[in-house]
Amino acid sequence: MNNYETVFILNPVLSEDQAKDTVEKFVKVLKKAKAEIVNTENWGLKKLAYPIQKKSTGFYALLEFAAAPDTVNTLETEFRRDESVMRFLTTVLDKHSLLYNARRRKGEFNRGKRTGTGGKTQEGKES
Amino acid sequence: MTLMNEPIKRAEIKPKYCRFKKNGIRYIDYKDPDFLMKFVNEQGKILPRRLTGTSWKFQKKVSQAIKRARHIAILPYMGDSLK
Repeated sequence: MNNYETVFILNPVLSEDQAKDTVEKFVKVLKKAKAEIVNTENWGLKKLAYPIQKKSTGFYALLEFAAAPDTVNTLETEFRRDESVMRFLTTVLDKHSLLYNARRRKGEFNRGKRTGTGGKTQEGKES
Repeated sequence: MTLMNEPIKRAEIKPKYCRFKKNGIRYIDYKDPDFLMKFVNEQGKILPRRLTGTSWKFQKKVSQAIKRARHIAILPYMGDSLK
């Protein structure tokens, strides 16, 4: 079992509910692969730093999970199949990043303006 | 005598230091654009170690984090007057 973190960007053409359903879909994929989900975050519609597929905004979502290494392959295949996913990035978490993420979840880093948008949705989820 | 070099005042040169070592930061988050902006110039290029003073160990992590942030469109690959 390793710890992973995935950030992915969904097409802004989707409605808010559709975006949430798509995130749910990937959570289900992970659960089916017997992954343990640590955290999910919806950052909402955010502006991209550069256009992707001629779109300047996208729905960001973050998944943190613990799973066997081949689960990542299953998940990424699902990402490639789904046309509404514009970008994804999966990273392995080491002990330092695990500590950092645990503190981030508690909302210790809510200082910036732009990161605040991410932090606020997170707070909303917790309350 | 006018051609003589002026002596360097060693006391005035502040020694560079690695901010990660000094503040005990172990992990650099690629999801935090405000922090990563400190390590790029206004074109979006990664600043060299000789300007930021970052140690080699953390420069590798900074550049990895910036490249990840660029992939998920949190930082631009190239920009114009970012600061």
